[in-house]
Amino acid sequence: MNPVLAAERLGRILPGEMPVTLVRDIDLEVERGEFLVIMGPSGSGKSSLLYLLGLLDTPTSGRVLLDGQDTSGYGEDQLANTRLRRLGFVFQFHFLLAEFTVLENVRLPMRRLGALDEETARHRAKDLLDQFGLRDHAHKHPHQLSGGQRQRVAIARALANDPMMILADEPTGNLDSHASANVQEILHNLTRQMGKTVVAVTHDLNFAGAADRRIGIVDGQIDLDWQM
Amino acid sequence: MSVQLAIAVTQLISRRRPTLVSLTGIALGVAFFLAVSSLMRGSERDFIKRLIDNSPHITVSDEYRHAQKQPVRERWPEGAIEVRRVKPLTEVRGIRGHGQKLAFIESLPGLRAAPVLVGSVVLTFAGRIEGVTLNGIIPEKMKGVSTIEEKLIHGSLEALATNPNGIAIGDGLAKKFGLEMGSVVNVSSPAGEVRTLKVTGIFHTGNVNYDDSQTFVLLKRAQGLLDRANRINRLILQLDDPYAARETAAVIERRIGYKSLSWQESAEDLMSVLLVRNLIMYSVVAAILVVASFGIYNTISTIVMEKIQDIAILKSMGFHARDIRRIFLAEGLILGALGSLIGVTLGIGLMWLLAQVEIKPPGATEIVHLPIYWGWEQYLMAAGFALASAAGAAYLPARKAGQVQPVTILRGMA
Ligand SMILES: Nc1ncnc2c1ncn2[C@@H]1O[C@H](COP(=O)(O)OP(=O)(O)OP(=O)(O)O)[C@@H](O)[C@H]1O
Ligand SMILES: [Mg+2]
Repeated sequence: MNPVLAAERLGRILPGEMPVTLVRDIDLEVERGEFLVIMGPSGSGKSSLLYLLGLLDTPTSGRVLLDGQDTSGYGEDQLANTRLRRLGFVFQFHFLLAEFTVLENVRLPMRRLGALDEETARHRAKDLLDQFGLRDHAHKHPHQLSGGQRQRVAIARALANDPMMILADEPTGNLDSHASANVQEILHNLTRQMGKTVVAVTHDLNFAGAADRRIGIVDGQIDLDWQM
Repeated sequence: MSVQLAIAVTQLISRRRPTLVSLTGIALGVAFFLAVSSLMRGSERDFIKRLIDNSPHITVSDEYRHAQKQPVRERWPEGAIEVRRVKPLTEVRGIRGHGQKLAFIESLPGLRAAPVLVGSVVLTFAGRIEGVTLNGIIPEKMKGVSTIEEKLIHGSLEALATNPNGIAIGDGLAKKFGLEMGSVVNVSSPAGEVRTLKVTGIFHTGNVNYDDSQTFVLLKRAQGLLDRANRINRLILQLDDPYAARETAAVIERRIGYKSLSWQESAEDLMSVLLVRNLIMYSVVAAILVVASFGIYNTISTIVMEKIQDIAILKSMGFHARDIRRIFLAEGLILGALGSLIGVTLGIGLMWLLAQVEIKPPGATEIVHLPIYWGWEQYLMAAGFALASAAGAAYLPARKAGQVQPVTILRGMA
């Protein structure tokens, strides 16, 4: 069976007067249901790699294969559609829309996709919130929640359209140790109970310890010897 | 509601103050547009109405639009022939075969026609002499084509029919000559005829020149005075739809040959002045709306800048560039539509207030209200302009929002 995600000689150079190499020559395969953690020093290119894997950024060399499909020929719309249906993002900052309630935030991707009718979508959003212990907060606005709760809403939103993979960039970067452990457990459970694939960037050793596999990035390249 | 529209509405509601400011701008622009337009169009209509009411819609006269060609030119249009010292055949003045022609005209739907013989005569009374225009009319027919009947302040047109020696004159002339109802004047024509007529009607149209120089007598009497037995030299037409005058005049002229002048044609210079006036007025009020739409541009640009992270996250989530564009275009259109709605309401209020204003035009005796035009197309135009400039104002920030690259924003955050 194909790896759910594969990178082949992936490179990204920021053009300009002084071109900056963000990522170079990355070869990587991620199995279905795997919990993979990317680590490395600050500024080493972890986020840049995650954006490429998540089809948010386009590589200047090499390619990304999703479920065995080459994505290098995709146009903007096809990339967006793929992100909408098959990928979910969680960032260090929750990026919830401040004017919408928690429930509405979770429903946004469903409404854009339009695959479910309103009633079913509302149900699904409530179920997701329920699953992360946010049942009583569905009608609050993001600013009424704690950091850990907000990050859980962001995870629920990332799961809205039932993607096959979650990409997380330092999802616990802003959380205290208790909330971190909670988010880590949730992401772990996604791979174990729901069969999702999770690729997460982290500086958190506990978090990394729970993963199936860890890779180190230094200077935009995979460094097999890298240890924290 | 589509998710794009939901986001647009939410963003506007959350940015209450700039939203209200740009709404006010558009609303005031639309209201002002309507007030100015209704006043300008109202006065124009008032003016045209006077024009239409006080002059024949179509006048058929005993002239040809083009000089008749010499027969030799007709026969050999390209020929190198020259016949010198020829003059056009002397026309017997008057409309030939006017009975038939009148019958044809009256067979057309939606109009009334009256034959008139117009000529110059000299009025003498108590040693004073004045040249005036004599209109020989058939009172019955004249009533259908002219408002002169309503303008009579003494006597009536019927009096002419019952008293063949009656004459109706304007109050200006009456004052100048010291004439009253029943006064007797001498009228002499260039043909040498002299009659003694009795004043049986005095009219006041408000047009000084007209009231000073026009007189009406029975057609038969005029034909006698001017020595033009059985002739007329003018047909005066009144239409149910005055705006059809141009087409109808063309139809008549094609059929009977004589020059048929619609009121539009005879007032062509005035009409083009009015057109230019409207163009200037609408350019100015549209410019006001364009200026007002800068408020919308400002509001939406600010929202785009403030919500750049939301835009980035929506795009990373899978929203297309055009979804994002639609959000901000929708905001512009919502502001435009809401502003138009408030503006139209406000504008109608302003128009109503203006309609209450009483003025006394210089030279007029009676107090009149400002003429306000209530036509619906103004509302459409104002709202249309407002919507178009709102959409235009929203377009640039919307396009910019659509082009936001989520990665650029995310990198900047880290
Ligand atoms: N717009 C930019 N222009 C120039 N250099 C940039 C730009 N954005 C990022 N970089 C550089 O690219 C490199 C990789 O950045 P990236 O954010 O991927 O690192 P990271 O491993 O995620 O770091 P951190 O752990 O601090 O989040 C860094 O050295 C950074 O300085
Ligand atoms: Mg990073």
